[in-house]
Parts: sequence; C-alpha cells; structure tokens
Amino acid sequence: MAIRILKDFTKRIFNIFFKKRKQISLGFYGPPNAGKTSLANRICKDWTGEEIGKVSNIPHETRHVQFKEEVEIKYKEKTLKFKLVDTPGIATKIDYEDFMKFKLKKRDAQKRAKEATQGIIESIKWLDDVDAVIIVLDSTENPYSQVNITIIGNLVSRDIPVLVVANKIDLAKSDLKKIAAAFPEYEVIGISAKTGKNMEDFYEAVFRLSKKV
Amino acid sequence: MVKDKKLKGLTLHFMPYSEISKLETVERIKKLLRIILDNKVVILQGRLKPEEESRLIEDTMIMIGNIKGFKGVELAVISQDSETKTMVDRVKFGLAKALVGQQDAITVIGPASIVKEMKKDPKKLEVMMR
Repeated sequence: MAIRILKDFTKRIFNIFFKKRKQISLGFYGPPNAGKTSLANRICKDWTGEEIGKVSNIPHETRHVQFKEEVEIKYKEKTLKFKLVDTPGIATKIDYEDFMKFKLKKRDAQKRAKEATQGIIESIKWLDDVDAVIIVLDSTENPYSQVNITIIGNLVSRDIPVLVVANKIDLAKSDLKKIAAAFPEYEVIGISAKTGKNMEDFYEAVFRLSKKV
Repeated sequence: MVKDKKLKGLTLHFMPYSEISKLETVERIKKLLRIILDNKVVILQGRLKPEEESRLIEDTMIMIGNIKGFKGVELAVISQDSETKTMVDRVKFGLAKALVGQQDAITVIGPASIVKEMKKDPKKLEVMMR
C-alpha cells in the first residue's frame, strides 16, 4: 500500500513537471454486450452531440476499435480533454452458430465471427496505447469471469489506472453489490448508459481517475 | 440420472507447474493449446501471468480462423483470495510469486467445443460440458 502511494505520488510529480498531455486516451474495455459503445455514445452525445458507433443486441457488434478525439468533459468548472477509445468486447471463444440464433445467415455469421476474432486481437494490442481504462461490465451478469480478471491483470501489470463501471442498473436483475464485491480494490460506479442514470457520479469518477494518469 | 448421453469420454490432463516453469511465454501457450486441440481439458497447477493469459486469448483467436471446428477455449482460475491474507503473508506471497511463479492457484482450460461454460464465484467453479 505504502509503495503504491509513493509510486502514485512520484508519477504525479513527474507528470506535473515533464508531461503536458494534450488529451487523455481513455479506453473502454470489457466483455461483449456489456455496453461499452452505449457508454461511449452517451459521453460523446453529452459533450459533442455525435455518437461513436452503432449498438446492437447481437454480441460483437463492435469489431474494430473506434475513436473520438478531443472530447472535452466539464465537471465543476474544470475541463479535461479525452480521446475515447471504444474497443471490441474480449472473449475466449467465438462460435458463428451463436450469431445464427439472432437470425443471421450462415455466411454473414461466419463473416461476423471472423471479424470478431480480429477485433479481440486488436483490443488486446490497444492495451499498450491507453492512459486510463474504464472496464464496462453488465451488472446483471456474473462478474467473476476470467476475461474480466485477465483484462484487469493486464492493466495492473502495465500500471494503467482503472475505473469499473457496472452498467444496466436500470434493469431489475442488476446487482451492483456483487460487482463491487468482485473488485474490492477498485472504485465501482453503477450507471445506465441507456437511460443516463448516475452519469454525474460517473463523470466525477472519471475526473478522479484522470488524476492517477 | 444422466439424460444427455452425448459425452462419451473426457480426458483431464493434469499439468504440474514444473512442466511449464522453465518455458518462455510462447512455448507455454503452445504447449497448453496443443493439449486443448487434442480435445482435452487442462488442469494446470498455478496460473499464467496476465500477459500470458492475454497472449493465450490472442493465439486462440488466430486459431479460430485457421483450424476447422475450433471455437476457442473456456478458461477459469481459482486462487486463494488475497483479501484473506495478512500484510506479512502478502509480502511473502509477492516474493514467492516473483521467484517461482504463482503456484497456489489452479487453472482450468478446455476447448469450447467440449466445455460449454465455466461458472465461477469466489468459492466454487462449475464446469458445464456440452
């Protein structure tokens, strides 16, 4: 703990004197269908009026990393500039037949599966190019999946600050306490990217996260 | 009573940590994936480093596109909850981990064509077969 505090302090001092960031590269990571693009869209709409990408109920809708540069977020008279990096959901398996359950034709499902595998590789590669990460989880799902642990483990080993967002709190099945219990070392913010619930707390947490960069 | 008779046999391959401890990341992943491609479930003593886990996912994704019928893997790690460790234990654990790797964990990896799902909560791991 003491080492971590000292490390954060040194990093902050170094940043004050030597680094002047134009914008903070903020990555959105998590499993498929957790609402990464929905959240990135919500932020983009709130501050730029435009969206970053398309959302869908079919998993792996985002199959390429999408960006939005120079997104200025204001909170309590302070302004920070971000580059939003929306990444494809990370999974350990892809089966084109799963897409056919969503009435996709075989050829389209196979194409989607191929693109999804490439998207996952792209997501992992991007871990080296983000300054801070928002892990977006579906709060109606079990958070103890190895993919979530692997993503966080990689961020810790790269010393990248993390904020955990429990999305879909508007749904009856949502269990925010379970998400918080799964990640006791991180700040967990419950939101609904769809309805905009709790976005003020989210922006406040993003500003706290930015201080760790 | 077992209703589903689809599963005719299942091979669990137990791998002591010593079998991979001296291998480089690429070789470790290759060794694990080779067994998984043989339709076996690997039970590894210890766990991979986070960057090795992500490398395993990357290699798995490449294989999905190139090996017919391969759909990926299911993966889960069970380890002692760090919250229950005292500060002294954590320091000891950190030193041991740096020296010999994390061995106080069990990693289960299986082909997605055989393992349907691994459901984990802090105290148990359920492995659902197809």
